[in-house]
Amino acid sequence: MSIGLLGKKIGMTSIYDANGKLRPVTVIAAGDNTLLRRLTSENDGYSAIQVGFDVQKESRVTKPLLGGFAKAGSEPKKLVREFRLKEDAPEGDIDLAVTQFQAGDWVDVVGKSKGKGFQGVMKKHNFHGQGAAHGSKTHRRNGAIGNRSTPGRIWKNMGMPGHMGDERVTVQNLQVLQVRETDKIILISGAVPGANGSYVVVRPALKKPAAAEASK
Amino acid sequence: MNIIDTIAKEQQKTDVTKFKVGDGVRVHTRVREGDKERIQIFAGIVIGRKGTGLNQTFTVRRISYGEGVERVFPVHSPRIAKVEVEKQGKARRAKLNYLRNRKGKEATAVRE
Repeated sequence: MSIGLLGKKIGMTSIYDANGKLRPVTVIAAGDNTLLRRLTSENDGYSAIQVGFDVQKESRVTKPLLGGFAKAGSEPKKLVREFRLKEDAPEGDIDLAVTQFQAGDWVDVVGKSKGKGFQGVMKKHNFHGQGAAHGSKTHRRNGAIGNRSTPGRIWKNMGMPGHMGDERVTVQNLQVLQVRETDKIILISGAVPGANGSYVVVRPALKKPAAAEASK
Repeated sequence: MNIIDTIAKEQQKTDVTKFKVGDGVRVHTRVREGDKERIQIFAGIVIGRKGTGLNQTFTVRRISYGEGVERVFPVHSPRIAKVEVEKQGKARRAKLNYLRNRKGKEATAVRE
């Protein structure tokens, strides 16, 4: 039963699959996930594990966090995240190696998208804009944003210019194509949010059964 | 070497037949029909090569039933069983796109 992994997006390349088809893959380094704490429903109200990833300088960590790391007997970590467990999850060691995923498993990947800065509506919301020629004096503006005295206000979620990107994005149902145990790397089919070098969370797909269970 | 290069290198064949633009080649491709696999041969002139490393491809042109047909093959694809060089050509340019405008014998002949 796979729980999830913290990792770092290394970049993209492509590999040939068993059918000889070239598949685009994202390379994710997900080694040395450290179990920091186990949260239980008695103590914390829910059952989960706290996992740390990537080494951080001690001077850059707040003291409360440092206490947590000391308790777990771990060096300070850059990224700390929780993975929820089922209430009836057994006690004992939890597998946080890359091998908890196998080739063929479906996963969801959470990352922080690349920041695009302040963008107009054409890029941000895929509006069509206005004509480029024929005397059109507006080109990339949003146009009308509402109606008349009813409703007399702007609808919520009206697409407008503003900051784009640099937000949490989840991509669902990506397939694990290869797990490289010695390199502590997994190859996931397709693109994953974020720039190269950014952190991602890989977890079992919410909407697909695990490969092992599906074959039963 | 970084890990992306390592992964790309693993995908590449080590024993790629050497051929040049202008050569007459027979490309043996693995074709899957149902659960059977057989070899299909595409013979023609290499009219161009493109890309580097894993992304390297080559284009083969032949005249089939009077109609010009071009196929692009990835050099490192596992679906390509082998490439045979039938005739070594002497091309004076990197892309032989001018063959597309030729008719008859001069469109298919490999210059030696």
